[in-house]
Amino acid sequence: MNYAKNISPIIKISDLKISFGDNHVLNGFNMELFEGENLVIMGKSGSGKSVMVKCLLGLLLPDSGNIIIMDQDITILQQKELDNLRSEIGFLFQGSALYDSMTVRENLEFPLRKNKDKFKIKDTLVLDALESVGLLDAIDLMPEELSGGMKRRVALARAIILNPKIIIYDEPTTGLDPITAKEIIELMKEIQQKHGTSSLIITHDVDCARVISNRMILLIEGINYAEGSFKELAISKDKKIQAFFK
Amino acid sequence: MIKSLQISNSIKTFFIEIGALSYFAGRFFKEVFTKPFEIKELIRQCYKVGNKSILLVSVTGFILGLVFTLQSRPTLMEFGAESWMPNMVSISIVREIGPVIIALICAGKISSGIGAELGSMRVTEQIDAMEVSGTNPFKYLVVTRVLATTLMVPLLIIFGDAIALGGSAIVENLKGDVSFQLYFNKVFNALEFSDLLPATVKSIFFGFAIGLVGSYKGYNCKKGTVGVGEASNAAVVYTSMLLFIIDFIAVFVSDIFFEI
Repeated sequence: MNYAKNISPIIKISDLKISFGDNHVLNGFNMELFEGENLVIMGKSGSGKSVMVKCLLGLLLPDSGNIIIMDQDITILQQKELDNLRSEIGFLFQGSALYDSMTVRENLEFPLRKNKDKFKIKDTLVLDALESVGLLDAIDLMPEELSGGMKRRVALARAIILNPKIIIYDEPTTGLDPITAKEIIELMKEIQQKHGTSSLIITHDVDCARVISNRMILLIEGINYAEGSFKELAISKDKKIQAFFK
Repeated sequence: MIKSLQISNSIKTFFIEIGALSYFAGRFFKEVFTKPFEIKELIRQCYKVGNKSILLVSVTGFILGLVFTLQSRPTLMEFGAESWMPNMVSISIVREIGPVIIALICAGKISSGIGAELGSMRVTEQIDAMEVSGTNPFKYLVVTRVLATTLMVPLLIIFGDAIALGGSAIVENLKGDVSFQLYFNKVFNALEFSDLLPATVKSIFFGFAIGLVGSYKGYNCKKGTVGVGEASNAAVVYTSMLLFIIDFIAVFVSDIFFEI
């Protein structure tokens, strides 16, 4: 699928820079995500992928650069505007980040608290979201009673419950066995097809990238070192790029 | 040279920590009066703080009253003043020993619990998840916990004081043949407004400190399981130190107003 550059991107990151002391994590990172696209960002551990995502969600303020999401620059948004924008973004955390003290149902209801209209039909929304990930039976379980794969599914259900336009996946298959990882990837594809979301997938799992990506960016030394389809990057002669596909 | 550099770094860290804790407290006062109010979570936290500490406070209070009376009896008997036992025990427990000991127990149980809970939430990105879902985690997690301890610790202290006096009454009844009615009559005659008010006000500050320091340490926890352990441990140490400082200030101020 080609994503025409004349269509304005749903997310646009320009010249993003952030440092922690002397550690320059991002040195002018650029990225565009188009509507309906599955964009994979790959990088080694510690390459700044998670920092970039935290900047994208407004959890970290970059030293410089712009982050435009749906025509709004999140670096200058007020808290209330930022919260409104966040309701359009679903986020799957690396470790699932389910609230330990709440049941699966309460975990899923939590993002609905701020939306009065949706809160009124919370039971329907929770059941729909759980059905999408095939975990209706787990509705009254606590997170500690779930396996790693089930936790990831519940976290995915929580990410889609507000019917977001964008879903960001932070290492969606890390820590899962190959079979469960494959199931999660299939689920991500199903959700993308069902809800028509744009997906940004942060991963270092080559199989995941191969199956799900429309386009890839390799994040090396704080910049987007290479960009293209999986096939294009996989046949590259560049040693730094090749290191990802060995 | 290296030693003096280490000392100066420690002093610097100490003042940075004081500054950060003050900023955290300032943020609490800013957020506590602004909507939305997380009433449901506050009630849940009050239940958690109160209900789950009541057994520990009861046992501690009972043993405190029992031991304090047993240890003081021989000395008072030596001066032929054992009839003053209820007066001495009640004033000591209500004014000083009860609030301080029970607050220290609460620091060990509640403050470290809050530190560990929030610390683990920070490490497992649950706090970030809350923020991403449009909920102010400071308001939902910190404000509710600090308010809960500020409300519940004074109640626990009053309850613990009562249990301690009960323990003392049992010893007096068994050893001194003093009836429970006579014992408590003497207790209520001995206690004055100037004993109860400073102790209650002090308890409110104790509760605030327990919630604030536990939340501060947990909320700002460093990454990893080591960070959670450190947050929990530091919560107890800092809270205990702060309790003694508050106690000193409270006694000093009470002395000005009530001339102890």
